[in-house]
Amino acid sequence: MNVHVTGSDVGARTLAIVSELKGLEGPLLPILHEIQAEFGYVPQESLPVIARELNLSRAEVHGVVTFYHDFRDHPTGRHVLKLCRAEACQSMGGDAVAESIKALLGIDFHQTTLDGAVTLEPIYCLGLCSCAPAAMFDGEVHGRIDADLAKDLIAEARS
Amino acid sequence: MSLVPEIDFGTPAARSEKMVTLTIDGNEITVPEGTSIMRASMEAGIKVPKLCATDMVDAFGSCRLCLVEIEGRNGTPASCTTPVAPGLVVHTQTSRLKSIRKGVMELYISDHPLDCLTCAANGDCELQDMAGAVGLRDVRYGYEGDNHVKARSNGETNARWMPKDESNPYFTYDPSKCIVCSRCVRACEEVQGTFALTIEGRGFDSRVSPGMHEHFLESECVSCGACVQACPTATLTEKSVIEIGQPEHSVVTTCAYCGVGCSFKAEMRGEELVRMVPWKDGQANRGHSCVKGRFAYGYSTHRDRILNPMIREKITDPWREVTWEEAYAHTAAEFRRIQYQYGRDSIGGITSSRCTNEETYLVQKLIRAGFGNNNVDTCARVCHSPTGYGLGQTFGTSAGTQNFDSVEHTDVVIVIGANPTDGHPVFASRLKKRLRQGAKLIVIDPRRIDLVSSPHVQASYHLPLRPGTNVAVVTALAHVIVTEGLYDEKFIRERCDWSEFEDWAAFVAEPRHSPEETEALTGVPAEMLRAAARLFATGGNGSIYYGLGVTEHSQGSTTVMAIANLAMATGNIGREGVGVNPLRGQNNVQGSCDMGSFPHELPGYRHISDDSTREIFEKLWGVTLNDEPGLRIPNMLDAAVEGTFKGIYIQGEDILQSDPDTKHVSAGLAAMECVVVQDLFLNETANYAHVFLPGSTFLEKDGTFTNAERRINRVRRVMTPKNGYADWEVTQNLAQAMGLGWNYSHPAEIMDEIAATTPSFALVSYDYLDKVGSVQWPCNEKHPLGSPIMHTDGFVRGRGKFIRTEYVATDEKTGPRFPLLLTTGRILSQYNVGAQTRRTDNVLWHEEDRLEMHPHDAENRGIRDGDWVRLASRAGETTLRALVTDRVSPGVVYTTFHHPMTQANVITTDFSDWATNCPEYKVTAVQISPSNGPSDWQVEYDELSRQSRRIKGKLEAAE
Repeated sequence: MNVHVTGSDVGARTLAIVSELKGLEGPLLPILHEIQAEFGYVPQESLPVIARELNLSRAEVHGVVTFYHDFRDHPTGRHVLKLCRAEACQSMGGDAVAESIKALLGIDFHQTTLDGAVTLEPIYCLGLCSCAPAAMFDGEVHGRIDADLAKDLIAEARS
Repeated sequence: MSLVPEIDFGTPAARSEKMVTLTIDGNEITVPEGTSIMRASMEAGIKVPKLCATDMVDAFGSCRLCLVEIEGRNGTPASCTTPVAPGLVVHTQTSRLKSIRKGVMELYISDHPLDCLTCAANGDCELQDMAGAVGLRDVRYGYEGDNHVKARSNGETNARWMPKDESNPYFTYDPSKCIVCSRCVRACEEVQGTFALTIEGRGFDSRVSPGMHEHFLESECVSCGACVQACPTATLTEKSVIEIGQPEHSVVTTCAYCGVGCSFKAEMRGEELVRMVPWKDGQANRGHSCVKGRFAYGYSTHRDRILNPMIREKITDPWREVTWEEAYAHTAAEFRRIQYQYGRDSIGGITSSRCTNEETYLVQKLIRAGFGNNNVDTCARVCHSPTGYGLGQTFGTSAGTQNFDSVEHTDVVIVIGANPTDGHPVFASRLKKRLRQGAKLIVIDPRRIDLVSSPHVQASYHLPLRPGTNVAVVTALAHVIVTEGLYDEKFIRERCDWSEFEDWAAFVAEPRHSPEETEALTGVPAEMLRAAARLFATGGNGSIYYGLGVTEHSQGSTTVMAIANLAMATGNIGREGVGVNPLRGQNNVQGSCDMGSFPHELPGYRHISDDSTREIFEKLWGVTLNDEPGLRIPNMLDAAVEGTFKGIYIQGEDILQSDPDTKHVSAGLAAMECVVVQDLFLNETANYAHVFLPGSTFLEKDGTFTNAERRINRVRRVMTPKNGYADWEVTQNLAQAMGLGWNYSHPAEIMDEIAATTPSFALVSYDYLDKVGSVQWPCNEKHPLGSPIMHTDGFVRGRGKFIRTEYVATDEKTGPRFPLLLTTGRILSQYNVGAQTRRTDNVLWHEEDRLEMHPHDAENRGIRDGDWVRLASRAGETTLRALVTDRVSPGVVYTTFHHPMTQANVITTDFSDWATNCPEYKVTAVQISPSNGPSDWQVEYDELSRQSRRIKGKLEAAE
């Protein structure tokens, strides 16, 4: 889910999330997950609030957020399709599938279709090597992806 | 001359007392348990190649260059992260290691520019050294692949490349040269404790990022320079090195800013200062520094510096440059004329806490022996005179009880009336390091200072008291400790006077001192105060650090005594990790007090009325000394206004800007017939001067400074005085012109005289200081190595004295006309009156003084952030811009006093400490209203300054 909200709103909602979770041991990652769940990405405006509340520096929070590719700094499309690009999937024809999907969507990795329906991301790896090539569509894994299955997923996304 | 050698052992020293013996490359070596193999090797003289390790930060193990082989163990462990063990046999150079290291270096160099000849770090680059050490001859990977080096790669813009960040005025960040060793990040975290840097991204994308991918200047960076010092390449480089080149020799000296007294290597090329690098063996700073000490030395060559003596008849005349001889002769003649005309006591002088011990000693000697009176005072009058009085009364010495290292052993810290991260940044870094290790913190301050809550620091309690109620709060803490039976009876019975304790305990136990009773007065919630008191009394080693927020009150001396009571009652005196620690403001304020700058005291805090002490000096100086105390600064000004005090010699102090009630100060100065100012710049006081004697900087003279922990540090001359003479020479020449037969050829001779006359300095000499580095007084037969911690076997005065501390509200009260309380303080980048720091790029961080006020108070008055406001008190008014923030409580406003245009001291009143006359800067009742711009006084004063700075034959210098 992507929500576009104003800066001050981001601050207030971040603060609410942080207040709820700061008692956890090692609260930073759970907070970041919750923020991404709330906004669909981790807004830059959230970082200073998290830092202040957890007695961390802005730099430290930034370091953690940028370390994990899964934390996004901008909104995605309505759906996210992640294609596994690791060795096993590549050896099972993942490259060809990736090319066909890119062609279908008319975008490259890290891009979102113009209608805002799908964001395409590479991922290394889903741990689903036995069913390579693998993909993840809105958090749900799909094995043995081929051009047809990809077409179905995209149709579902655009519907 | 050459660079002062410093060995980088790669990892910090281990503290264990258990020793371990191992063999490295056939050498048997014994080191403390916990030492890394890398450090052990270095101690045996074997340099293991390394990049990410340096002994200012903990081992990290990321560069994979320091690998070694250990017999009987698999693989090639990193020597920096592998501790020694008994009987290990280590090889640091094998064919396997050689090829691994070469391979690692190839990878590094494949993503690094090959511009060594034109690189600023040429000659001082560890990457270059390591390429040499591992015998790198070829990079098989080439330079065309993905890289961070080139702005354009294969005809396209290179997204990985980042431009240089030159936003910081003192250093540059060039990401293209970064090898991501994380040394800067770790230095910022472990040494400075600011956590302003991080590594962003992961893998090949990893880059050093200030803040959230910000420019250095906009990030959380406080510009201490630890990262620059830690950087092994030219990624972080001083701009001065980029401009000048590498230094060729260095001299160890002492910083001339705050009372921490950091030791620095002044790294020179000829007589040009290339950079200041904190000296690892400096016992106050242990290799760390702040933005002022490391970078803000540009004032020493600033064009505003006055280099020729000047005279004028009237303060409305323009200055006339004269020869030194004429200046001395004129001054001597004027002083003698005034004394002939108005009496011997009609002149006096002020010693400087910025000058050396030797210079201060000479000024007070000139006044006592030459002027024939005791009209000598010093700027400590306006800062820490209550410390001298209060600690002298309770413990028997007028100084802090600990060394700075002591903070490494403390468990609970009370910080009261001090803002160490701004005022004493290097100490703050050491304190924060201890807090990160788990020590607890109690902050007593009207304002939410950074220590209350900042990255990895959270005070257990912040008691936000109303300005002026220190005594009530500290006595209430004592009330809790006494009534709940938390005092240390064994300590008190052994070390203090028990009957005095009983009297004091009965006093503090009175219900009117309970937190519940005082809450209405102090604004501190009773429960919080009780919890803080319990924590301090029961939390282990308890130490108290305090600053001017304690002393600069009408009850400054009382608060100091209350603090001393608290430390004695909890048994927190006389060992590591405890104590009462005044954070002294200026580099040599401790020294200037030690050197007999007060009108009632000869060097070593001996009263002027003491016949035997006077005799020592009378015999040596060949004069008869007046046995009556002379005038204090405020008395001198009063006497001037009354017409009985007519001449003054002021060395290195700007009393017009720094002393309270500016209008009174200016009236006093204007009433004098000969005001002699010796300073680097035409300061504000010089607007009222008749003679100006150019001063010299700490880089231009030899001497000693004594820091807040009583440490006598050497100051060493690294360049010729631009004005021709060091300040001690100027005082000596003036004394000679007044007919005194002084003949010192070097400050070492002055120190010898001090040692000969002052028991606590008995063994101090320049030879001795050169040998031991520095020493903490008392340094005499009983304590030949000095005294890091005082009162270890008993108080200096015999038994510790408990003194009743009755709270008496200040006469400066809020009312309908002046409903708010103004308190003042400092900021990191500026120093006191700012004469020096305003003449450096530090102004980028703080270009004007702002008035902090709570949103509630601001809203009531229709004031928005950044608006000009009129700040008025009973004494006067000024204008400045508002900064709306909840750091201050409602009812309290706060400003700094670094800029002369602000004239914050036009506002402050002439109320002062009952015992020492230390002015009550920290409490002024004020009113604030919107304003359009500068007040009449500011406009008039600005014009006066402009007029009085005219020099005949020179174009008007722009401020």
